[in-house]
Parts: sequence; C-alpha cells; structure tokens
Amino acid sequence: EDADSQRTAFLLRKQWSLYSVTPLYRFSEAHLRDYSRLLSAFIAAEKKKGLAVEIGGELDIKVAVTSLPDLKGSDRDQAAILVQLSSRSSASPKNSEEKLVWSGWFCCVAGDELSENLPEAFTCLPLFLVNGAESYTAIVGTWFQKTFDCCFRRLSLSPFNLSWMAAMWTGCKVEKPASATELVFSVPRLPHPLHISYAINLEDAQALWDTVQKTPGEITQEEVDVFMDCLYSHFYRHFKIHLSATKLVKVSTAVASAHCDGIIKFRQSQYLTGVLMLLTELAICQIQ
Amino acid sequence: HIATSLPLPSERDHLRPRIDMIVFMIDIKSKYSLKNVEDSLAHVDARFFLGKVCFLVTGVGRVNCCSVDMNAVWKLGENYCSPVLFCELELEGTRVATAQRLLRMLQICAGHVPGVSALYFSTLM
Repeated sequence: EDADSQRTAFLLRKQWSLYSVTPLYRFSEAHLRDYSRLLSAFIAAEKKKGLAVEIGGELDIKVAVTSLPDLKGSDRDQAAILVQLSSRSSASPKNSEEKLVWSGWFCCVAGDELSENLPEAFTCLPLFLVNGAESYTAIVGTWFQKTFDCCFRRLSLSPFNLSWMAAMWTGCKVEKPASATELVFSVPRLPHPLHISYAINLEDAQALWDTVQKTPGEITQEEVDVFMDCLYSHFYRHFKIHLSATKLVKVSTAVASAHCDGIIKFRQSQYLTGVLMLLTELAICQIQ
Repeated sequence: HIATSLPLPSERDHLRPRIDMIVFMIDIKSKYSLKNVEDSLAHVDARFFLGKVCFLVTGVGRVNCCSVDMNAVWKLGENYCSPVLFCELELEGTRVATAQRLLRMLQICAGHVPGVSALYFSTLM
C-alpha cells in the first residue's frame, strides 16, 4: 500500500485538466517503447515546422510512455498509461538536467459500462488528465488521434456534478488538520462578475453529512440535495442571498478540488481511485 | 400575465381575466427556479392539471451549466400529469418555435379550437 502511494504521489497537488477520450484502436501496452519513439519523432517534426516554440533556447524533448499498473479499478480495466515530456538543453545534453515539462495520463477506473461492449481491437481509457503547456497538449493529442483514431473532448463539470463531489468528498474521513470545505459560486447576469466563496469548517460539514446520509457507502441524489439545501438555507439566513440561483463553479475539499472548466486537483492518495472512478463515469457519459 | 411565483396577489383577483393555461418555467441553471415552481404548484387548483398546465425548461443549450436534476423535472411532469417542453431562450429560432407552440396550446386550452380539448395534452406524456 505504501509503495502504491509513493508511485502515485507525483499525481497529487498538481492541477490536471480533464478530457474524455473515445476508445483507442489497436493500442497495445506491449508497444509503449515504440510509441515513445514515434511520439518523440512527431514532436521533433512539429518543432521543425515551428509549432512548439519554447522560450529560452533550443530544447530537446524526450518522451516517456509508461504504464501505471496500480491505477485502475478492477482487473477488467486497462491500466493507466502515462506520457511524460522532459526537456534537456540540446546545446549541452550531457551536462544539463532533464526537466519534466508536460505530463498526461490516460486512465480507466470501473469503466465496465463502456469497455464491456467494445470489440477486441479497442482499448478503453476514457479519461485523460493533462498538466503542462497547451501547445504540447495539442501536439500529443494530435498524435494520439492520428495513431489510434480516437477523439479528445474537454470534460466540463456541471454544477450538478460538482454538488455530488461536494457531498461525496465531505463524507470522506481524512486526517486532521484538514482544510475546510469551500464552495465557489458565480453570480449570473450582473454588470461586473461576482464570485461568492462559502467556506465550511470540515467538522461541521461532516457532521451535517452524517445526519443526512442514511447508508454508509451509499449516496443518493436526494441526500446530496438535502445536504446542499441545508448549506444554501444557512447562507440565506445570514446573507439573504439564494445560492441556489447562482452557478456552483468550484468545490474544494481535503480530498480533492474540482472546477467547472474541467480541472481537478487530487489531495489524498487514499481517495485517488475513488475520485478517478467518478471522473471516469463522467467521461463515459460525455462520450456516449 | 407573468408572475415570479404563486399565489397571485389577491388584491387584483376581481380585475383578472380568466386564466386558461399556466406555463411553469424552470431554468436548468438555477436550482432555485425548480424549488420556486415546486412551491408554486401547491397553490394551483386541481382542475388546471387536466391539460392546462405545462412545464417549460429553459437554458438547455449548455448542458455543462446544469444545476438541476433532470430526473426531478421528469418526475414533476409525471406527478402533475403535465407535459415538459424544452427551449433555449437565447436562440431566436427555438424561442419563436416554442412561443408558437405555446400559443397553439393556449388556443386549445381556451376552447378556441373546435373538436380538440385540453385533455388531449395528457396523451403527449
């Protein structure tokens, strides 16, 4: 268990942009080295065309495509695939250090809904997470789309999805000291944009959730609604503002943070798989 | 006549013309609007639910701004035996089409179309 957390520790506390990916055609875990080489060549070619211009001199990009065998739900899931781009100054390759400039990983946690009906030649990795410059994301995305005939789409998180995350993650037991649960709302139809940040002490939020949740390990839509309504009523009592008429744009808890533009930050390795399961489900919904 | 919630103020009861149809508008981006509609429904006479009520869900153009549980909306339509229509107010095409549709429904509810009664709308469910 500890070894697992160490291997995935680099995924924590980083901001990841989310994409949904359609199944990859003729992708094979046995050929990861080949993919590294091919992608490397592709990036070099794109650079020659002047498409990935890096400030600060010529940089050689090294590509590493590896598998993360522990990042999956069940054995029916395909193990996560990690793509990392590191740079090294081409002027003095032996002396300079390698620096990680871009990371992207494909994963699938409990993706049976999509994978069970797929023909043999397809690999199901519906969730893609990216950290790094948009220019590299575009190049890597293009290569994958060309090579495996798949399609990437930005995964946005609706206020409806975010409410679920707020309730679900508040219910998770975490070590103290833990950060407060914070909800950020955007108020529509105003001449100047207004954001309302509502922070709730974690213990209070958990106490509220404990009174709402009936069966441990199970969450219903009704329970999420009651939880959020209590928070909204409390706010209304103090500030006479109906938060339910605004747009929930960000949820921040000790477990993870999520933004409606499709950005996630993992904070606890013990809940990493759980959060990925939810995100996989949303990605699959977007694909279908 | 437009109202932000029901019941309508009683002071103007005697001046109000007969009400033939009620359209409840739910903004998919606002949970508050759903709650408002649910609270207002309690003030509607049962006879209206024989085809003279419909739910209009707006803001459906952008599904990633959805704050409302769609299952709750469908259930509302079922429980009150009234059709649920969808519209994106910001798009002129669908706005005009929806307005025409509502107008047609209103004509039927007001009894202006011979041979067609408002009870027909319950078959649209």
